[in-house]
Amino acid sequence: QQQHEDLSAKKLRLTKPSKSAALHVDLCKATSPADALQYLLQFARKPVEVESVEGVVRILLEHYYKENDASVRLKIASLLGLLSKTAGFSPDCIMDDAINTLQNEKSHQVLAQLLDTLLVIGTKLTENPSVRMRLVEVACKHLTDSSHGVRNKCLQLIGCLGPVEKGAAKEVESQAAKDVQKIIGDHFNDQDPRVRTAAIKAMLQLHERGLKLQQAIYSQACKLLADDYEQVRSAAVQLIWVLSQLYPESIVPIPSSNEEIRLVDDAFGKICHMVSDGSWVVRVQAAKLLGSMQQVSSHFLEQTLDKKLMSDLRRKRTAHERAKELYSSGEFSSGRKWGDDAPKEEIDTGAVNLIESGACGAFVHGLEDEMYEVRIAAVEALCMLAQSSPSFAEKCLDFLVDMFNDEIEEVRLQSIHTMRKISNNITLREDQLDTVLAVLEDSSRDIREALHELLCCTNVSTKEGIHLALVELLKNLTKYPTDRESIWKCLKFLGSRHPTLVLPLVPELLSTHPFFDTPEPDMDDPAYIAVLVLIFNAAKSCPTMPALFSDHTFRHYAYLRDSLSHLVPPLRLPGRKLVSSPVSPSITPHEDPSQQFLHQSLERVYNLQHLDPQGIQELLEFTIRDLQRLGELQSELAGMADFTATYLRCQLLLIKALQEKLWNVAAPLYLKQNALASAAAKQILEETYKMEFMYSGVESRQVVIIHHMRLQAKALQLIVTARTTRGVEPLFGMCEKFLQEVDSFQRCFISELPHMQGSFVDKLLDLMPRLVTSKPSEVVKILQTTLRQSTFLHLPLPEQLHKATANIIEPTGESDNPLRFTSGLVVALDVDATLEHVQDPQGTVKVQVLYPDGQAQLIHPKPADFRNPGPGRHRLITQVYLSHTAWTEPCQIEVRLLLAYNSNRSKASAKIPKSTWSESLEALPQSENGIEGTIPFSKPVKVYIMPKPARR
Amino acid sequence: MPEIKVTPLGAGQDVGRSCILVSIAGKNVMLDCGMHMGYNDDRRFPDFSYITQNGRLTDFLDCVIISHFHLDHCGALPYFSEMVGYDGPIYMTHPTKAICPILLEDYRKITVDKKGETNFFTSQMIKDCMKKVVAVHLHQTVQVDEELEIKAYYAGHVLGAAMFQIKAGCESVVYTGDYNMTPDRHLGAAWIDKCRPDLLISESTYATTIRDSKRCRERDFLKKVHETVERGGKVLIPVFALGRAQELCILLETFWERMNLKAPIYFSTGLTEKANHYYKLFITWTNQKIRKTFVQRNMFEFKHIKAFDRAFADNPGPMVVFATPGMLHAGQSLQIFRKWAGNEKNMVIMPGYCVQGTVGHKILSGQRKLEMEGRQILEVKMQVEYMSFSAHADAKGIMQLIRQAEPRNVLLVHGEAKKMEFLKQKIEQEFHVNCYMPANGETTTIFTNPSIPVDISLGLLKRETAIGLLPDVKKPKLMHGTLIMKDNSFRLVSPEQALKELGLAEHQLRFTCRVHIQDPRKEHETVLRVYNHLKGVLKDYSVQHLPDGSITVESILIQATAHSEDQGTKVLLVSWTYQDEELGSYLTSLLKKGLPQST
Repeated sequence: QQQHEDLSAKKLRLTKPSKSAALHVDLCKATSPADALQYLLQFARKPVEVESVEGVVRILLEHYYKENDASVRLKIASLLGLLSKTAGFSPDCIMDDAINTLQNEKSHQVLAQLLDTLLVIGTKLTENPSVRMRLVEVACKHLTDSSHGVRNKCLQLIGCLGPVEKGAAKEVESQAAKDVQKIIGDHFNDQDPRVRTAAIKAMLQLHERGLKLQQAIYSQACKLLADDYEQVRSAAVQLIWVLSQLYPESIVPIPSSNEEIRLVDDAFGKICHMVSDGSWVVRVQAAKLLGSMQQVSSHFLEQTLDKKLMSDLRRKRTAHERAKELYSSGEFSSGRKWGDDAPKEEIDTGAVNLIESGACGAFVHGLEDEMYEVRIAAVEALCMLAQSSPSFAEKCLDFLVDMFNDEIEEVRLQSIHTMRKISNNITLREDQLDTVLAVLEDSSRDIREALHELLCCTNVSTKEGIHLALVELLKNLTKYPTDRESIWKCLKFLGSRHPTLVLPLVPELLSTHPFFDTPEPDMDDPAYIAVLVLIFNAAKSCPTMPALFSDHTFRHYAYLRDSLSHLVPPLRLPGRKLVSSPVSPSITPHEDPSQQFLHQSLERVYNLQHLDPQGIQELLEFTIRDLQRLGELQSELAGMADFTATYLRCQLLLIKALQEKLWNVAAPLYLKQNALASAAAKQILEETYKMEFMYSGVESRQVVIIHHMRLQAKALQLIVTARTTRGVEPLFGMCEKFLQEVDSFQRCFISELPHMQGSFVDKLLDLMPRLVTSKPSEVVKILQTTLRQSTFLHLPLPEQLHKATANIIEPTGESDNPLRFTSGLVVALDVDATLEHVQDPQGTVKVQVLYPDGQAQLIHPKPADFRNPGPGRHRLITQVYLSHTAWTEPCQIEVRLLLAYNSNRSKASAKIPKSTWSESLEALPQSENGIEGTIPFSKPVKVYIMPKPARR
Repeated sequence: MPEIKVTPLGAGQDVGRSCILVSIAGKNVMLDCGMHMGYNDDRRFPDFSYITQNGRLTDFLDCVIISHFHLDHCGALPYFSEMVGYDGPIYMTHPTKAICPILLEDYRKITVDKKGETNFFTSQMIKDCMKKVVAVHLHQTVQVDEELEIKAYYAGHVLGAAMFQIKAGCESVVYTGDYNMTPDRHLGAAWIDKCRPDLLISESTYATTIRDSKRCRERDFLKKVHETVERGGKVLIPVFALGRAQELCILLETFWERMNLKAPIYFSTGLTEKANHYYKLFITWTNQKIRKTFVQRNMFEFKHIKAFDRAFADNPGPMVVFATPGMLHAGQSLQIFRKWAGNEKNMVIMPGYCVQGTVGHKILSGQRKLEMEGRQILEVKMQVEYMSFSAHADAKGIMQLIRQAEPRNVLLVHGEAKKMEFLKQKIEQEFHVNCYMPANGETTTIFTNPSIPVDISLGLLKRETAIGLLPDVKKPKLMHGTLIMKDNSFRLVSPEQALKELGLAEHQLRFTCRVHIQDPRKEHETVLRVYNHLKGVLKDYSVQHLPDGSITVESILIQATAHSEDQGTKVLLVSWTYQDEELGSYLTSLLKKGLPQST
């Protein structure tokens, strides 16, 4: 003992060889600049600890002064910048040196690099105004440098560090830094385009940092729009946009006339002009910015859609105008005749303005642009402007409809989405609807589904329009039967939005006849169901409609109401009452009866504490069955019902496991029967993970309960193991682990514990001191009794609960033709699936491929493979690469989707307050033993494949 | 004054037979060499005798440039090079070079074999002519000879159409050929950088038209075809083999693909297959969509469009057929038309303009009963539609191009005089540049004001810019140096170097000035006073008092002597070289003001 203490007293101090010293030696060894450069490059590859940064910097600076070769100095300068970025290092001690080095530097490149270093230093010390002032002063001094690189960096520095607050500028009585805006503005007409760009960027940077730019810059910026270089123009467009947002209402004169207009209008006109710029980068920029200029006058806005057509100097109407006229004249459709578009009135040649028309036709050009990037930007801008101006929305409709026929799918999709977004502002004319509906035949599922979404929220003006839409949707249905659900949903909304328009169509749609009985249509025909969905939804707000139904329609209603309850609303039909629920007075009248039912059944379960075990089991079984059925009927309650059913099932399993008669039998005899209990424990564990990770909207209250259930399962596991294994050795570890878990449970959910009186964990915590000291066999005994005695915890339900579901659309698994490929090579399998209510699908959703030999392959889809067509919905379209050694005959593989989870990513651990050191330190080891796993959440699909042996 | 001369031999205030002569900085260039569709006599070709009466054209022309493969831009080429005689280089883009001979051969066949003309160029001549062609890439600067260079820009219009910039010295001309500023289904839009040429020669087919968006037309077209096919009808689309035909093919092909349609589309064989082959090859010349997707699938590898066989016309069921020629005046399109005209379910779509007298024109103007040869009366029951698909820039597009290129002068060709007049007025009004529209044979002279480049030695430049303020873009800067004009080049060098190079001795030029000063004191005292005064005033200069009694300010020497008559007046002798003129004159004026009263 004595010796031991002595040894520990002599502390061994291990020092790492100093970085700076090594570098110094290396640099001194260097015989030529090339050598020195090599050393520096090697040095740069290794990280430097915070403590030694300063020393290294000193060494570097020493060499810097000695070095004659510019390239080495350049490298040193860049290293200085790199080093001052080191986290935890405060670079103010090296700032003076860095500024000093600037003084004697001749090489422009090194100068630029040094300024860059200063920028890094400055950005690390932003809260120190005097440092900033000093750096800005240095930058101003070097603005007169003849090299563009140096001027560039100076401007960047000024932009990033220039004083933003007015007070600060006055306080520090420095000539140079007084008016950064003016200094930067002077460089707007520098001879080098790169410097001009940097100047504008610096100005924008100042704006971003909160400096209010002066209006005087506007005219300067306008001149820059005609610059020869695209980067300058692109930056200038941004600057003009910024100014237009700052001073929308100021008045600017129109050159060449005495008139004056608002600045935002003028800027709008100028940016519109840039939509026909020579460079597509500028065009994209301009088109994007147009969308956010909402203060512009409507008069200017509407011009963007107007391109005055003429032919041989005579005014011509656009096809849109003609279509509108044709429509209003009552004619349905006529083929275009030769000379139909014959020009009408003469145009006064003097009045035609071909180019200086400002906003004129900007969107017409943008939407016709060669590059799809520009077109998408234009569509987006249209969308934003139309959302804020209903009259503009009405006008741009024609153009959007035209975009539905763009050659690039992304553009089509984008314009459909746009249309959906503005759909509450518009009503589609019949001819427009016609064009819209034509797209329903598109072979891309994305497009069709987007269009269904659009139709869900579209206003149609006439009954012919509804009829047309129905006909086209049915056509769509026959062509692509997989769209069934989406089409039904679409018709549901179409019907409920336009009850009065559907009413006159009913006899025709149901093909009823006043005198003759018509044959009863086939109930399983998806097209017939589609028609019924439309009609029933319309009938909901149109009480006269059911009078037109024939007998079988009522029968079909009853059937559909039951089987497709999410599509068919409850109707007040004559002769049958709505099933009125036994109303209990406590429940508010507006509450849904099914919701009520859910709560009631749960209530029933929780209240029954002291029934005989058999009774509890039965009741639980019944309730679970009820809940499952409810979930099927009421889609909006499905998540809730499933969640509770799962919870009850866990409870049931637990009860069953504890009810086993064989608990009291001696261990060796028990061996055979343990299957049930340990399987139950395992299943409960699985179910709890499902509950925690498969449902969106789970709150911490639920998470506690879930974890509690898991704890119980673990206790069960422990008991079962204790009973079945001989010897005490393995139990030590398990007990320890279990107690740790109890401990971490307590830490995580300390705030929730008061709600859990009488529960397993509550009792356990009371016994904790005893448990820690007792032997494993005793622990097991205690656990067993507490598990039996503990009460059943009430599971509170959150507002919204949705179960994550996945449905693999493709591959369909119906193909009999095996996918043939040469063994050893890969074959790509297209996978298309819809995901609902999956949070962060990019991180959690995986594809699993199971080969017949038991080999399993897990594929992580790329983040780009996930689309987000609507809130809570995702779509996975990816390719899975398959490969295998040769088989003698084709066989099926299984493809399924998995939801990966990681227990330390759970909502619970995120809630741990990390206020104190000790806690967060303890949380670390816990996260290491977090369990990762996967939950299969889609039906597996079988794919027939056949790897052929390679031919020699 | 340097000038650029332009003489249209064809296409001056006219459409067809494009041929424009340009002489720029002593170089003669011929732009396009086309034929006229309206004539069958000598007038169909440009009058090359304008260039020279006798003797080879090669001596008079430095190069010929062909903008694209349409016959009104290249139809006279074999005649010009082989029959009239020209051996110089002919420039065109790669696709034009590939497709041009096919069209020329076709043209020859029709004229010689069908119409039976003699004294026309032969197949061999076309081949020989094509051997003289030099193919160029987009944006590639081709040096024709030491001074003349040309560069091609993308023009849209048809595959391989290009605009050319011709540059000699500092003068430049841009010839647009035919171009299109709005992209279509297979080609992009014309584009040019801000090259600021002295002259822009632009086509002006649609000088007075602002066209509607292309999308409406496309949509209408597709809708018509789709409806007819769904009804079970047959659609006939008469087209010319190249250009629009490919656009419509792509349009239908993608539509079929998108909508999953199954009805067959046929293309009448012949020229087209060969041409489609070239379209497949020159993917880089097409639009963004085709360029981006060709890795997966070349858009011109039509999946749904198959070759047409005569027998297919009688097949039942819906189909779409593209057939040549485009105006329904003869050939396969007319045969099919006769077969299908009787059924009201069918449809014929005319995608372009039809000349008077053709069947196409008759049905478009509403005639329902046609008299065919053999006194047959054909009743037209099928639907007749007209869709215009044309790929020229409209008035707005022309203005846009002018805005992009920023030329100093504009010259309009390839359009009707009346329409040009309007556009000319607009261009002058909005861009404030001169605009010309010469008729055929009329010469336009444009005076240019070229900037003359001068080489300056770096040392001198640095020295001169170091003096004075920062270089400012807006202001011209004064520099001192010697301009040496030698061997057709200009150099600005420092005087010393100039002397050295020219082997001349340097002459010193000194100015001497006397200044009288009233000062009764002794000479050396006066000198001392002057010295102190100057030292006080000229703080930035080195003022020295030399032991021999003189004062130097930089290199200026000041000596004082007593006046020979009046001892009270001292004469100051100020002497300086002409380089120091500024300082010297300042000094004298300073001294003339007199010395300050000494205290």
